[in-house]
Amino acid sequence: METNTAPVEKFSSKDLVTDQDVRWCPGCGDYSILKQAQTVIPDLGIPKENIVFISGIGCSSRFPYYMETYGMHSIHGRAAAFVSGLKATRPELSVWMISGDGDSLSIGGNHTIHILRRNFDVNILLFNNEIYGLTKGQYSPTSETGKVTKSTPMGSIDHPFNPLALCLGAGGTFIARSMDRDPKHLQNILRRAHAHKGTSLVEIYQNCNVFNDLAFEVFTDKSTKKNETLFMEHGQPLIFGENSDKGIKLDGFTPIIVDLTNGHSANDCWIHDEKDRVKSGILTRFFDNPKTPGHLPRPFGVFFVEDRPCYEDGLQKQVDDMTAKRGAGDLDALLRGKETWTVN
Amino acid sequence: MERQNEMLEQVIIKFAGDSGDGMQLTGTQFTNTAALFGNDLSTFPDFPAEIRAPIGTLAGVSGYQLHFGSVEIFTPGDYCDVLVVMNAAALKANLVNLRKGGTIIANTDGFDPKNLRLAGIPEGKNALEDGSLSNYRLIKIDVTKMTRAALTDSGLGVKEIDRAKNMFVLGFLYWMYNRSMDHTEKFLKEKFGKKEDILAANLNVLKAGYNFGDISEEFTTRYSIGPAKLPAGTYRNIMGNQAAAMGLVAASQKSGLQLFYGTYPITPASDILHELSKHKNFGVKTYQAEDEIAAICSAIGASFGGSLGVTASSGPGIALKAEAMGLAIMLELPLVIINVQRGGPSTGLPTKTEQSDLMQAFYGRNGEAPMPILAAATPSDCFHMVYEACRIAIAAMTPVMILTDGYIANGAEPWQYPKSADLAPIKVEFAKDFNAEGKFLPYKRDEKLSRPWAIPGTKGLEHRIGGIEKQHETGNISYEPENHEFMVHMREAKVEKIADYIPEIVPEVGPAKGKLLILGWGSTFGSIKSAVLKARSNGYDVSHAQLRYIKPFPKNLGELLYAFDQVLIPEMNNGQLIRIIRDKYLIPAKGLNKIQGLPFAAEEIYNKIEELLK
Repeated sequence: METNTAPVEKFSSKDLVTDQDVRWCPGCGDYSILKQAQTVIPDLGIPKENIVFISGIGCSSRFPYYMETYGMHSIHGRAAAFVSGLKATRPELSVWMISGDGDSLSIGGNHTIHILRRNFDVNILLFNNEIYGLTKGQYSPTSETGKVTKSTPMGSIDHPFNPLALCLGAGGTFIARSMDRDPKHLQNILRRAHAHKGTSLVEIYQNCNVFNDLAFEVFTDKSTKKNETLFMEHGQPLIFGENSDKGIKLDGFTPIIVDLTNGHSANDCWIHDEKDRVKSGILTRFFDNPKTPGHLPRPFGVFFVEDRPCYEDGLQKQVDDMTAKRGAGDLDALLRGKETWTVN
Repeated sequence: MERQNEMLEQVIIKFAGDSGDGMQLTGTQFTNTAALFGNDLSTFPDFPAEIRAPIGTLAGVSGYQLHFGSVEIFTPGDYCDVLVVMNAAALKANLVNLRKGGTIIANTDGFDPKNLRLAGIPEGKNALEDGSLSNYRLIKIDVTKMTRAALTDSGLGVKEIDRAKNMFVLGFLYWMYNRSMDHTEKFLKEKFGKKEDILAANLNVLKAGYNFGDISEEFTTRYSIGPAKLPAGTYRNIMGNQAAAMGLVAASQKSGLQLFYGTYPITPASDILHELSKHKNFGVKTYQAEDEIAAICSAIGASFGGSLGVTASSGPGIALKAEAMGLAIMLELPLVIINVQRGGPSTGLPTKTEQSDLMQAFYGRNGEAPMPILAAATPSDCFHMVYEACRIAIAAMTPVMILTDGYIANGAEPWQYPKSADLAPIKVEFAKDFNAEGKFLPYKRDEKLSRPWAIPGTKGLEHRIGGIEKQHETGNISYEPENHEFMVHMREAKVEKIADYIPEIVPEVGPAKGKLLILGWGSTFGSIKSAVLKARSNGYDVSHAQLRYIKPFPKNLGELLYAFDQVLIPEMNNGQLIRIIRDKYLIPAKGLNKIQGLPFAAEEIYNKIEELLK
C-alpha cells in the first residue's frame, strides 16, 4: 500500500461535514458526540484521507454517513471484525469504530472482547444509552434490572453488563468513560484515545431523549453532577463533591468515601494510577445504582492504560521475518513444490 | 528364490486401520512414491470425525484408498484390489468394498479376542480362521510381532515400537509393487531428523517389511505398474485444499494485491489455512478469527482497504456468514468465499463429502442477493477455479463463492502445474481521481457494470458505503421505490454480465450433440468421465460436460442441453443443480442422486447410462 508522505494538509471541522442530512432525533446525544469528534480530529495531524470510520447497526452507527472521511456502515454487531481486517492489512490508517450498547455488548459481544485482547491500534467509541433506540425502545444489555420497556412491560429480569469491567477483563489496554453532555471532557478523552497505541475503548454515556430520557441525568445535571461523578486524573487524588469536599480512600481492597472537611485531607486519598490494573479494576466496579444509599460516585476519565504490542504489528512482523528468512515468495517455486517428475 | 513379475495396468489399494494406526500417512507415502514414479493416480482418504474414537471399534476405522496405474485414472476406484487391514474392525468395515478374488493383507495381531470383541464380532467367528474369506487371497502377517522383533535392540518402549507398525506394511507393499523406498526414507529423515532413535526405528521397520516380502517363500509374484502415458510435461502431486491455497497465493501475486485470509477452523476446510500460513513470505496475512462471522467480516474489511479478502469454511460456517455475504453484495467489494462442502444439514457428516450446499450458495441470503458461483472438479482444478474466483471477484467487484468438497479437498492427483507467466493476468485499477464533474461517484459503473474501487488513503475520494440500499451512482442512502428496483436489477445484471468473460462449456467426452448428455458439476467429474469413456467404448451415444461456472452459467449451456435427447444430472445431493437447470432451461432433465457421504462409483453412473439408453 502506498502511504502519504507529503506534509499533512490542514483541514477544519467543517471539512468533516458531509452533504447528507443528519437524521438523528432532535435532542439526541449523538449530535454532541459527532460535534466533538469533528472538533478534535482536524488537530490530530492525520491526513483526512487516512481516516476511516466503521460502524455496526443502530442509531449510533449512522455516524459514518456524517463524517467526510472514508466510512463503512456494516452489519449488526460486527464492526469490530471489519475494523480488525482493515487494520490488519492497512496499519497506517487511523481507524475509528462507532458502536452502541446493543451492537457491541449484545449481538456483537464476542467481537468486542476479541478485538480488545488482540489490541489492534484502533479507537472504539461505544455509545451507551442503555436502550435499543432504532428498534424503538426495548431494554438493552446495559439497562438496569427491572427496566420497564416495550418488550419488558413487567420489568426486565436481566442483570446488566458493567461494560468497562467487561472490557478491562477482556484485556483492553485503554479503558475510559465520558459523556455527551460534557464536550470538553469528551474532546480530551477522544484525543487521549487517539494517542494511545492499541485498542482504545471509550464508553460514552449518551442520552436517548425519546426512549430512555434522563438515564444519566444524575451524572450530567448541574445540581447532582458534582456529588455523583468522580473525574479521575492520573497522579491526582480521587476527589469529588459539590466543593471537592469528598475523597476516595482504600480500606484494604474496599473503597470508602471520606469527608475532606472533617479529619481527612487530599493526602489521605487514593492517588489515581492509570497503569495499576488492580486498582483500575476496582474503579470500574464503581457501578452502584445512584439510588442506593451510601453509593460510590461514578468515575469518568481514563481508568486504565497499558502498553502492549498491537496485533497488526505482530502480523506484519511474521511476514517480514519469513521474508527475511526465505526471501520474497517465488510463485514458480511454490507451484513446482518439492518433488516433481517428468513425462516425455 | 525365483519369482514371477506380473505387469498390471492399474491397482486399487485400500489401507484401513484404527485412527491411531497411521493409515493416512501410509497411504500418502505410497501415493507420493507412485506419483514420483510417474503413475497416474487418484486418492480418497476416508476418516472418522472423532480424533481418537475408542481403539479397535468400527467407529475408529480410518481408511485411505489409492488408485494408481499406467493408464489414465479419474477416480479412486469403485472396488479395491488389495485391502490392507490392521484390525478386525477395519476388515468388517471395508470387506464390502473389496472385489471378489481380491487380496487381503491382515495384521493377525489385530484379530485377537479383544479386537474381535471391540469390532462386535461373535466369539469363534474370526474371519481369518473360519474359512469365510475363501473367495479372496488372504495374506496373514503378525505385523505387531514382526515390528517388535525388528526393534528389540532399539531401546524404545513398546508403545513407541508399536507406532511403527504402519512402516512394516508400507515396506511390504513397496516390495510387492516393486517400488523404491527412497521417497519415504527421505520423508522420514525430514520428519524425525532430530529424534535419531525414532528415525532409526522407522527406517528399520520399513526395511523389515520390505525384506519380509523378499525372504518369505509365501510370495511368489511381484507386480509392476508402468508409468502412465500422461501428456508430456512436468508433474507434481497435489491435494485439493493445498491447490486452493496456492490458487489464492497465485492470484495475489498476479494481481499485486495483498492476500488476507480470515477464517475459523472447520473440517474439511482448515488445511487451506494451514497451507497458507506457511507462505507468509508472499505477503500473505492469515487471520484465525473468533468465529465464522468475524472471519468473513475481517476479509471484507481487508477488501475495503484494497487487499484481496478471502474466507473459507464448510456448510455450517457458510450459513453463519450469509448476512455478511449480503453486505459484500451491497458494498460491491471483491471477496472470495471457499466452501469445502461436507455432509449436512447442521453438523451432518463433517468428514464425509457431499454437494448439498449449491442451493445455499444460490439462494441462501435475505433479499435479492445474486452472487457468482464456481465449482472445482478435481483436486488440481481447485487451483484453477480458486484463481478464477479471484479474477472474477476483482473484475466484477463482487463476492464470489467457489464450491469444492471433502472428496477433492483431501484427495490427491498428479498435476501438470502451470508456469506463473502462463496464468491469466488479473488487472486491478484503484480509483485515483474524480469520475464525474467535480466529484467522485462511488457507484458509477464501467462497461462490466462494476463500480470503482477507491481505497482509504486516496486523497479526495473519501466516501461512505454500507448495507442500506443506495442511490444509483452516488451511493447515498436511498429509500426511493424505483431506485431500489433499479439497483436490484443492476446487481443481477452485473453478475449475469460475467458470462461475457468466462469460457463457454465444451464436452469433456463425446460430441456436442447426441442421445444423452451427462451434465455434472464439481467433484463428480472423475466418476462421470470414467463411466462415459467406458460407455462410449461399448457403443453408447453419450457425452459428458462438467459445469465449473454455475452462476452465471456459460452462455452456450442452453444450446448444449437442447442438442441432446436426454440430459442426466448426477449429484451427491437430493437434486439441486437439476432444479436450477429445469427452472432456467425448462428441460426434463433426469437426476441420479447419491447422498451417502461418499463419491459416486463410476459403475453407478455407467449402470444409469445403460438404463437410459437400452
